[in-house]
Amino acid sequence: MTTMAADAGAYEAVFDAALAADERIEPRDWMPDEYRTSLIRQIAQHAHSEIIGIQPEANWITRAPSLRRKAILMAKVQDEAGHGLYLYSAVETLGARREDLLDKLHTGRQKYSSIFNYPTLTWADVGAIGWLVDGAAITNQVPLCRCSYGPYARAMVRICKEESFHQRQGYELLLALSRGTEAQRAMAQDAVDRWWWPSLMMFGPPDDESAHSAQSMAWKIKRHSNDELRQRFVDICVPQAESLGLTLPDPELRWNEERGHYDFGPIDWAEFREVLRGNGPCNAQRISQRRRAHEEGAWVREAAAAYAAKHGEARS
Amino acid sequence: MSAAIALGDDALVLSQRLGEWAGHAPVLEEEVALANIALDLLGQARVLLSMAGDEDELAYLREERAFRNLQLVEQPNGDFAQTIARQLYFSTYQELLYEQLADGDSEFAPLAAKALKEVVYHRDHAEHWTLRLGDGTAHSRERMQLGLNTLWRYTGELFEPIEGCPADWTLLRSRWQARIGSILERATLALPEGARHTAWAAGGGRQGVHTEPFGRMLAEMQHLHRSHPGATW
Repeated sequence: MTTMAADAGAYEAVFDAALAADERIEPRDWMPDEYRTSLIRQIAQHAHSEIIGIQPEANWITRAPSLRRKAILMAKVQDEAGHGLYLYSAVETLGARREDLLDKLHTGRQKYSSIFNYPTLTWADVGAIGWLVDGAAITNQVPLCRCSYGPYARAMVRICKEESFHQRQGYELLLALSRGTEAQRAMAQDAVDRWWWPSLMMFGPPDDESAHSAQSMAWKIKRHSNDELRQRFVDICVPQAESLGLTLPDPELRWNEERGHYDFGPIDWAEFREVLRGNGPCNAQRISQRRRAHEEGAWVREAAAAYAAKHGEARS
Repeated sequence: MSAAIALGDDALVLSQRLGEWAGHAPVLEEEVALANIALDLLGQARVLLSMAGDEDELAYLREERAFRNLQLVEQPNGDFAQTIARQLYFSTYQELLYEQLADGDSEFAPLAAKALKEVVYHRDHAEHWTLRLGDGTAHSRERMQLGLNTLWRYTGELFEPIEGCPADWTLLRSRWQARIGSILERATLALPEGARHTAWAAGGGRQGVHTEPFGRMLAEMQHLHRSHPGATW
């Protein structure tokens, strides 16, 4: 017992030293169980967000108003499915299995980003998602490129490059609308009005209520607090909204010379909690579509497995 | 009839159908693959329609009777097997047709040469899924056979010559038949029996005569564009 405890202590010291030196933790390195569990939860939920996030945008693929916009949206949805694949691969390096994680998603035991529980009601929502939702995601995710766990950090480098492209495309879509007809402009403003506050909620609860933050920061999984990132995002968005010629739906939004930041109004945390609890506008719809796709696809996966077993093909 | 429109409509309409799969695929890898194929086809459609006029005007402002696509590509997705059967029939046709066009010196040669790389991948994808579903489980074989049988009647019009599209249609037909026959044999599936086309269906799509699901598909595709006449997006 004493030797084992001493060994564990030595391993922990190596792990702590690696973190202190800003070195990457790799799959075969020793790591505390809680570090592993916490990463599995975070990366899996990130992967789930990518695949659930396909739904609100795919809602507009068949109705995109020009072939160019349709092509951009299709490419984006394809990228998102690809991001899901990178992230499930990253989480598998921690010993989790994709099937189990999907099962947890389908049974509500793991979450996905609350933002995807809001509906895409008009074409302009596709632009608002690109500009605000992808913008918030990038603000959150760029620091993850320096996250202490190597496979996650490397996945994020690739993902962030594509996401910033999507964000620019979303901005450009809204710009075209805001410079278009009166009806198009109104459509753009309405979308920004509906997506602004939910985007701010993407940074998670305020710092004093964030359950995992302190530990994640100590482990260098997270580099900045929720409120810090949220403030950074607001500071970026305000001038962008101005150049779009659109307003943000917050009467309290104004520059604070003293702080060197924009002040903004209070977030409706009751709504946030309701959405997290499963009571947002689309929670039931998103999960049921995902489950249906999975269940209706079972015979296809079984066929692929049976074929692979007969022909010694690597499972697809 | 402009051949560019016929070929462009095939690609556009099939792309639209494949786009309906987004968020519904049986496995994450297929979300990527189906979106990828849809995107390739949309790219081809944009080049082809632009050869004939303004791509958006042609896509969004023509009514059903002015579309020249094959009835095959407008057929609903059905289950995954039916989608794969449609993709196998069409990709094999497109691969063989584009091979001929790429070798020729018509206006379609540059596009065909470039698109062929994509189309070979599409056919390979459909072929491998035909093998997996055909030679997978008893249930998957049954569904794959049903998908192939259901769509068989729409394959006759693949070989109706398109005016202005310089291809050897007889050769195309015999090569297509041989290629499909060999894939289905390896997949332990039977070549469907019955008429390849009926009198009413022969080349119907190429003359702007379509099947009922097509109008509804167009209504969805065109609705937003038509609601804002003259707007740019």
